[in-house]
Amino acid sequence: MSPEPLLTVTGLIKRFGGFRALDGVSFHLNPGEVLGLVGPNGSGKTTCINVICGLYAPDGGTVRFDGRSIGGAQSHRLVKSGINRTFQSPRPFLSLTVRENVEVAAHFGDPKPGFDVDALLAELELDRYADRPAAELNSAQQKTLDLARAMATEPRLLLVDELAAGLNPAELSRMADRLRALADGGMALLVVEHLMGFIDRVTDRVVVMAAGKEFFEGTLADATRDPEVIRVFLGGGHHV
Amino acid sequence: MRDTAREAGARHRRRVLLDGAIAAAVVIVMGVLRGVWSNELMLFNFIAFLALSQGLNIIYGFTGYLPFGYVGFYGAGAYGFSLVVMHLHASAMVGMAAAAGAALVLAVILLPLLRLSGAYFAIASMAAAQAVYEIVANPDLEAVTKGPYGVSLSEVFAPAFSYYVALGILALALALVVWLRNSRFGMALQAIRDDPVSAAMAGVSVVKGRTVAWILSALIAGLVGGVFAWHISVFYPDTAFDLSVSIFSTVFLLFGGATTLTGPLLGVFLLYGFYNVIGIAVPQYFQLAYGALIVLLVLFLPNGLVSLLTNRGIRVP
Repeated sequence: MSPEPLLTVTGLIKRFGGFRALDGVSFHLNPGEVLGLVGPNGSGKTTCINVICGLYAPDGGTVRFDGRSIGGAQSHRLVKSGINRTFQSPRPFLSLTVRENVEVAAHFGDPKPGFDVDALLAELELDRYADRPAAELNSAQQKTLDLARAMATEPRLLLVDELAAGLNPAELSRMADRLRALADGGMALLVVEHLMGFIDRVTDRVVVMAAGKEFFEGTLADATRDPEVIRVFLGGGHHV
Repeated sequence: MRDTAREAGARHRRRVLLDGAIAAAVVIVMGVLRGVWSNELMLFNFIAFLALSQGLNIIYGFTGYLPFGYVGFYGAGAYGFSLVVMHLHASAMVGMAAAAGAALVLAVILLPLLRLSGAYFAIASMAAAQAVYEIVANPDLEAVTKGPYGVSLSEVFAPAFSYYVALGILALALALVVWLRNSRFGMALQAIRDDPVSAAMAGVSVVKGRTVAWILSALIAGLVGGVFAWHISVFYPDTAFDLSVSIFSTVFLLFGGATTLTGPLLGVFLLYGFYNVIGIAVPQYFQLAYGALIVLLVLFLPNGLVSLLTNRGIRVP
């Protein structure tokens, strides 16, 4: 174990009215590691990402990133300090071109000087559409554009919210390879996903959540043998 | 299809030059016309609406906020000018600074309105403009604002000088729009308009971006209001806070097409031109045609005239 993880979430609480979307969830994440966050719908996975990236302020507990407490900090500041994310439904800037979408992030997200937007677009196979408005992309391409925008800020922690949903098998496989390559380059990834095959291929470790807190942490293989995980989440007869 | 950074740079320079040339041409034409056209007031009103619709373009075209109460800044500018000229016997240029200051103060007071969106923002800004009007026009404040009886600023009356100052304000408004259309900051504003959450995730400060656009937009309206007070020199609060200032600016902007430089210019030249041809002589036909035009526009060209080209992938300056 490294001295201190890149991200440490401890006892995180987020309330919406009387409902506790997060009810004391805790986990940690090291550089170069891919952590899968899985669980049934409504278990708080996306809320967890929303709190870590500064979209919501937590109502309790702490989020430590790179040795600092970041709970409640503004999103655009967190982006500059090395956190970024993708969205479950892609959220590109529809009236801007594909290149402009990434240029905004490359300019305001403080990557290293000389960051090459065109190289990134080529790497993600978006270069053919660089001068087209983002509105003309299909949903899989818009998800990739979300990823490109996040990568243009050179994050050290990338929060990936259901990037695989809606991709065809070939796209899925390419996306898995991409995420794995990012982690091999030292980036820490928190991946929320329902597709267990994708989780199995990409993650080193999973945290299983239910009702706003974690109740299992370990490899996916161990999770699938855990009777509690099977009961709450996977259901009987599920095979990875 | 992939073009290099150098090509992108050259294309950017061409765009800035084209935008700048269009802006300069408009300013020069409006300057030269004063020497050939006898109806100076009409030309002045053209300049005022050209500047106002571009000022509105800054806030609506680049952030998506549509303030129906835009006239509030115009009225604040007009009275900011009038108060220092009447009470302090200040020079017209000091009056213009006061006009800018009054609009900026109002813009800062109204900053919380940016928490609203869509129709709520539009209505709230209109209510705010109405509130300022009610204060200014209050008969109990006659000693300060002259209340509903209007102001007279004959001591600084200077039709020629004020015309050229108005031209300078138009140049400023056009320059701001050219800058926003071709700068990273303008791109960030458009990103905020499209999706504020994604914009924050691109490292853009959403609050700062919106605030700057709001202040710049208010500044333009305040300056136009100030130069209106100076040029016209006798006016009433219901002229300075006339809601049709907002409506005209909005219709011109939407008719031409927001976020572009040429859209609002087209809107003013065509529609305000049309207004001056038949609107004053036969106002009832004008209003009929105007109403029909707005209905047709909303139904068939919601993004304005320029969308005839932009929908086909053609970039409009």
